[in-house]
Amino acid sequence: MKKYSVFAIAREAMRGHKGWEEQWSSPEPKKEYDVIIVGAGGHGLATAYYLATVHGITNVAVLEKGWLGGGNTGRNTTIIRSNYLYDESAGIYDHALKLWDGLSQELNYNVMYSPRGVMMLAHNVHDIQVLKRHVHANRLNGIDNEWLTPEAAKEFCPPLNISRDARYPVMGATLQRRGGTARHDAVAWGYARGASVRGVHIIQNCEVTGVKRAPNGAVMGVETTRGFIGAKKVGVVAAGHSSVIMNMAGVRMPLESYPLQALVSEPVKPVFPCVVMSNTVHAYISQSDKGELVIGAGTDQYISYSQTGGLHILQHTLDAICEMFPMFTRMKMLRSWGGIVDVTPDRSPILAKTPVPGLYVNCGWGTGGFKATPGSGHVFAHTIARDDPHPINAPFTIERFRTGRLIDEAAAAAVAH
Amino acid sequence: MLLIRCPYCEEERPELEFRNAGEAHIARSADMAATSDDDFEKFFFIRSNPKGIIYERWRHMHGCARFFNAVRDTVSDRFLLTYKAGEPKPAKLPGAAE
Repeated sequence: MKKYSVFAIAREAMRGHKGWEEQWSSPEPKKEYDVIIVGAGGHGLATAYYLATVHGITNVAVLEKGWLGGGNTGRNTTIIRSNYLYDESAGIYDHALKLWDGLSQELNYNVMYSPRGVMMLAHNVHDIQVLKRHVHANRLNGIDNEWLTPEAAKEFCPPLNISRDARYPVMGATLQRRGGTARHDAVAWGYARGASVRGVHIIQNCEVTGVKRAPNGAVMGVETTRGFIGAKKVGVVAAGHSSVIMNMAGVRMPLESYPLQALVSEPVKPVFPCVVMSNTVHAYISQSDKGELVIGAGTDQYISYSQTGGLHILQHTLDAICEMFPMFTRMKMLRSWGGIVDVTPDRSPILAKTPVPGLYVNCGWGTGGFKATPGSGHVFAHTIARDDPHPINAPFTIERFRTGRLIDEAAAAAVAH
Repeated sequence: MLLIRCPYCEEERPELEFRNAGEAHIARSADMAATSDDDFEKFFFIRSNPKGIIYERWRHMHGCARFFNAVRDTVSDRFLLTYKAGEPKPAKLPGAAE
């Protein structure tokens, strides 16, 4: 692998950019691997990367039914934060946040992690109480989060309308300064490049159609559109389709898949310095480095795999955005799209071993998985390599829905991501 | 936005009048206290989440306010059928092969 650097750019500029290599290879699938990862999104590729770098397991295939990073990795709003309420969530999301810091250097790939700050708005007394509780809980867990008065919020984010006459008055806000955004495609590409150079096979356009199990129940491999591929360990990282794959192995999951929509505006000059979220009116917004406003909407109310979603959901979000930021009322929206998110009953992910020996699952990230990508891949690789969860993901079992030991971020109102 | 036919009002109405109420035909145990943890998990948390035909409950919140069941394709979001609560799962779906 040729290292990317300013000298590489200069060298290639002299040679007419003819020397750039493919970032990852596209080999034919082998008959057997040590580990198969189902799903080449950010989480799956990160898992393969850390299997290779941390655990020395390089005989790995990442199977992808479409193209790499073409599912929710390329469809999210790229927001990164770790200010979750519960200790377990704080553990895993802040593990990820620590890895974001330095990820570009580690991967030698600019993932454009930009800790520009994530602000959450309080519009009523209840919001103030809930968000202050989050600030205190976060601080106890060593996570930066602070309370801002409306004036301080306005100073940090000048487009904010803090007028008392606003329809959704801003009564205060929390700010996690380490939160921010990253370039979602680059995360998938960077992990893919790092994994591929260490011998991991990334096999695109290869849909898993079945999971084969031995008479003793253990995993033997997967049936795919490109034939049977054997492996004693299979990690399912298939986001909205996780329950579909798990059903192939005979495991029924506590998951439901919903469309989640997002949209971007036409690109404009820098106008919006940070990420602003409001759980109460369900809107969140940031500005990409290209200049587009990136806006996240809510999920539809029904299970669907259609990757579209209803127009009224977008309209609801845009109504709220225009109320809070009147300067955006005349912006044109360029594109909108939907991704299928797999939601657990407690809105916390599942990263765990399964009742099937050799089968592992990393799913249930719901509406907010992007931010966790490095941490999720890191601890899931550990779970697969050691056949034992990392202490950070140990609480995120499937069994918690039987024992009742939930990680109830749903009740903690982590609605918007 | 979906158009949904309420089997009580016998009318197609916009989705905004309705609330989805999750998977249909999940029977609640008559004796919840005696239900094992395994069975409770299946009843309360485990869902079929199919890619394809789903049997689901809807409530005509801003109409007759009654619950009913629907059969829908989760890939196309097309409704195949709606029927009243308490009626059995339809044996045959419209458009299905003989």
